[in-house]
Parts: sequence; C-alpha cells; structure tokens
Amino acid sequence: MKVRSTFVVLVALAASAALAGCAPPDDDKKSSTTSNGTDAAAATSVADFGTMDDLVKAAEDEGELNVIALPPDWANYGNIIKAFEDKYDITVNSDQPDVASQDEINAANQLKGTDRAPDVFDLGQSVALANTDLYAPYQVATFDEIPAEFKDPDGAWVNDYGGFMSVGYDSDVVPDVTSLDDLLGPDFKGKVALNGDPTAAGAAFSGVVMASVASGGSADDIAPGVDYFKRLKDAGNFLPVDPTSATIESGQTPVVIDWDYLNAAETAKLPSWKVFVPENAAIAGYYFQAINADAPHPAAARLWEEFLYSDEGQNLWLAGGARPVRADAMVEAGTIDQGLYDALPEVAGTPVIPTNEQTEAMAAYLADNWAKAIG
Amino acid sequence: MAAPAPTAPPARTARRFSVGPSVGLLPFLAYLTVFLIVPTATVLVGAFQDDQGGFSLDKVSKLNDETPVHVLRESLILSFSSAAVGAVLGALLAYLIVTAPPTSVLRRVVSAVCGVLAQFGGVTLAFAWIATLGFGGLLTKVLADTLGTDPNGISQLYELPGLVLVYTYFQIPLMVIVFLPALEGLRPQWREAAVNLGATTWQYWTQVAFPLLRPAFLGSMLLLFANAFAAYATAAALISQGSPILPLLIRNSLTSEIVLGEHNFAYALSLEMIVVVAVVMSLYAWLLKRTSRWLS
Repeated sequence: MKVRSTFVVLVALAASAALAGCAPPDDDKKSSTTSNGTDAAAATSVADFGTMDDLVKAAEDEGELNVIALPPDWANYGNIIKAFEDKYDITVNSDQPDVASQDEINAANQLKGTDRAPDVFDLGQSVALANTDLYAPYQVATFDEIPAEFKDPDGAWVNDYGGFMSVGYDSDVVPDVTSLDDLLGPDFKGKVALNGDPTAAGAAFSGVVMASVASGGSADDIAPGVDYFKRLKDAGNFLPVDPTSATIESGQTPVVIDWDYLNAAETAKLPSWKVFVPENAAIAGYYFQAINADAPHPAAARLWEEFLYSDEGQNLWLAGGARPVRADAMVEAGTIDQGLYDALPEVAGTPVIPTNEQTEAMAAYLADNWAKAIG
Repeated sequence: MAAPAPTAPPARTARRFSVGPSVGLLPFLAYLTVFLIVPTATVLVGAFQDDQGGFSLDKVSKLNDETPVHVLRESLILSFSSAAVGAVLGALLAYLIVTAPPTSVLRRVVSAVCGVLAQFGGVTLAFAWIATLGFGGLLTKVLADTLGTDPNGISQLYELPGLVLVYTYFQIPLMVIVFLPALEGLRPQWREAAVNLGATTWQYWTQVAFPLLRPAFLGSMLLLFANAFAAYATAAALISQGSPILPLLIRNSLTSEIVLGEHNFAYALSLEMIVVVAVVMSLYAWLLKRTSRWLS
C-alpha cells in the first residue's frame, strides 16, 4: 500500500510538473489597439498610427519599453536611454545590459508572451540574420535616407551604427602602436587583450578578422588571424582577460583590441588612451536594429526606433564614437554634429565588411581552431 | 505534518502515521522532479534531436570532434588532479585535527575555517585570486620584488593550471569536512588491540586503518571530483578565452553570437557530463562492494 501511495504521489507530481511546463503563458497583451483603432503590433510605419503625435500617445499609453543587452558605456546607450525617457513619458527597463546578442534572442523566446519580453533588439550580424522571422517589419520616417545595403527592404531589420576594429592602448604604459606587428614586440609582454572569445562574441571575432587581413589573409581566410594570436600568445603578450572599462582604468589591460567607438569612449575616462585603426586592415561592422514581433509594448518599440533614427538619436550615437548609419545623409543635410564627426579616428584603405557566408565559414574555422591556438 | 492532538483517539493516530512518511517526502520528490528528473529528461531528448527537432545522432557523434574531445580531457584532468590534491592534503589536515584534543582551540578554529572556505567558491573566489596573483595583485608584486617573476602577473592563472590551483582552494576544506567523521570513527581501541597483537605502526596503518578508511576516502574523493567537474562560476570569471572545460563549452554553445544553432550540441555535452559522473559513481559503488566484502 505504502509503495503504491508513494508511486501515485510521484505520478501526480510528474503530471502536474508536465502540465505546468506545457501551459501556454497568458496572452492578454496581444492585441494592443490604440485609441484610433490601430493594431500597434501590425504597424509598419508611423502612417499606420496617423501622425507622429498619435504614435507618441499610443507609446505613452503603454508607458514602458523593455530593452536588453545595451551597456550604458556602449555607443552612448546610457545617454540615449536617458534622453528617450526625458523626452517621452515612458520608463525604459534595461535588462541584462552586458549579455551577448544570442542572449537577446534566447530571452525573447523564453519570455515570449510575458510583459518582460524585450521589445527591441540590437544584434550582431550573424544572430540578426539567423532570426529574421522574429522581427516585426517597420520603416522609420527616415527610412529612405538609409543606404540600401544597410537595411532589409521591408524594414525587418536596419543597421543602426557601426565602426572599425581598432587597437586601443594606454600611451603612458606602451609605445605608440603603428602596426599590428608592433604588438608582438617585448614592450607588450602580457598586455594585449581581446574583447571576448572570438568563437562567442562579435567584437572579438572581428578582431581576429582584422589580424588576419593585416597578416595577409582576407575575409575568406581567417587562418592567418588565428596564427597571429598564436604568435602573440607564444610571445607571452596575449593577456587572456576579458577587458572592460574597469580593467582599462585600473591598468589591468593596457592594450585592447575592440571596436573603435568602444575604445574611443575610454579616452574620456583615461586621457592617455589612444585609438589606432590599422590602415591596411579596416574591418567595418554594423549592428542590427529590429523590433520583436511579440513585443509587449509594440507602440513604444516603434517610437524607440523613430527616436534612434532621428537626427537626435543618430547624433547621440555619434557622441559615443560610433558611426550612425545615416551619417552621409546627415553630412549632406548639415544636421550632423560636425565636431563629433571630425573627431572620429582616421581610417585609411578600403573597409572590409564580411558577408554572412564569409562570416559562417570563418566561424566554423574558429570553432575548430581557436581553442587549440590559444589554449 | 502537525503532531496529532493529544485528545485524538489512538486509532486515528495510527492511521495518520501510515500516510505521514510519504507526505513528508513530497517536497523532496517535488524538488527532485523539478531539478533533476525534468532537466535530465530534457537533456536526454535534446541530445538526440537535430535543429528542426527530429531524431538525429549528429550532435552526439559531434562529441568525437577534436575540440570536444580535447575539452573533455582537460575537464577530466582538472577534476581528477584537483580532487586528488584536495583529497590527500585534506585527509592529512583532517588527521592533524583528529589527533588534537577535542577541546583544543586549534581544532575548533581549523574545522570552523574549513566550513567557511569549503563554501567560498564562485566569482568571489576568482576575484580573490585575481587580486592576489593577477595583474597588480598583492602577491604578484612581492614575488616580482623578491624572486624577480613577471611583474604583470602570472598568465597561467587564467588557464588550466590556474584553475587546478584555484579549485584546490575549496577542495581541501571540503575534504576535511566530509572526511573528518570517518577519521573520528577510527577507535583508539583498535590500535591498542593491534599493538597488543604485536603489530608495528606501519602494519597498523596498512592493514587496519587504511582498509577501514578506504571507502570513506574514495567516497569523499568522488564528491570532490563531481564538485570540480560541475563547477562553473569560478572558471567563467577567470577564463575568457578558448572554453577549455566542459561547463564553459556548454555556455559557449548556448550563447555564442558567432557559431549559431548549437543548442542541441549543448545538450549532447551535458549528456556526456552525466555519463562521466555515472561511470565514476558506478566505479565507486563497485569499489565499495569489493571493500565491504573484504571487510566482512
């Protein structure tokens, strides 16, 4: 009898656990229709709301916006969020600012249907292009000013800001860097860090591509880049520490290979921090902006996009050292902050932007060889 | 369950008693289901699925690739060496504690400190080591001034040898805690009996004490092995390049923004970890059976 009752308890438990696991999340937020009857989640441009004021009103009715993976010191996101909150009556919930792009997609899938799911994404290229069915197409008011190669024709995703791979260094600690080969010298012993593991993080991946192009490789051949880091490690120069603002300011990571806008942001805190973009290896990379199709705050998400692609939003990115996607159009129209634009690091040579196919091929090579080279 | 009221008739009390134990087990069973059975089943199913959710052996056979095999080996080396070092040094320390009188301050301080340090893991431990031996660390400066080592810190700290060192830090005190009761169970009378029968100290240790302690020693070492094998946070905070051990490779498979669609491979890696622990545990059970047969 006893065994049986225990067994019954077990079965009942397993069943209830299974039920709890399967139960669909409550979905009462789905149809957020605005006052004039627009389904905000289906809106593909501001015209679907009526005027910009109608969009603002719909967004302020929602009152909140969930963003994810936006570090405050990354491309000026701290100030961008603050400016958005000041301008509109909307609270921005910035969740897990330091996670990677794939975590944004994971969060969207895991929190799907809840009001904690992310409303908007800011993604690296491979993750962005692998998940296009998760996005709601939306064309911001300035959509036509964005060059065709930087957007999906329907606006499912749009590039937002970009930059070049660079070497940031503390000029008080190490001599001036004029080429990547300098980093192999004895002055850089135990000092060169890469922002993340290139098999996991986009910035580190582009760092290896830069090393590859500088050492005779190309966007089709990343092997020389892996070899470069192997030599860096054999020389005792590679520092396997994940660099952050804290490690840079405390002097733990005197040389950091990272996007130029991230390195440039450090100069404000550490004046001796200089940024160098190798002229024979200008690796450009743009991030991808998209709206979550299941956004719990669809109108706020669309207002956020309008804000980011307005002159104000684009200049805010520029203030963080990033190159906003509308930069050329804004230079022509004279709406760009010229002082900030002229202060961007000098880039010479033809920029290399790896395609998605090239990225996949290089990623496969890295997955097999990076740990061996560096481990 | 509340104790039966004193006024309740004896018959009722008896009936309640028969239900009591299984009801008392409920929270534990619920815990097991949520944290052991469901995840294990998820891992088992996921490991044999392809990206579209159909049955496939691709992910499991991918475990044979060079990188996962290399990582498995490193994980085993790390777990075994830190468990062996921890077990031997921890057992010696435990013996020192046991031989001190029960009221001695030293004994109480050491066992209390072990209780604290055995739980001192994770990110805090990693940062403690970075502050000690990393760039600008306290000990780094002393070593550089006295022995002339690299003033930039020891980069091995961020690699496998560093992990062995750091893991040992919580393995030794853990060994002391789990091994102390076994040593305390070693009665002085047995030694007296052995000496009365003409045994030397060497004979007493090799023929009486070691065989008696062996199951407890191996059991404790198994615990240390599993502890190191599954540890994640310390390694994640210390190591940022190359994912040299299985828990880090699983993380990389789940969160990489470069190599996509590896979720099911993460399940396969988890399955591999479950199998390793299962093998080690059966080995232990087998050893235990042999030892107890020999003892009886």
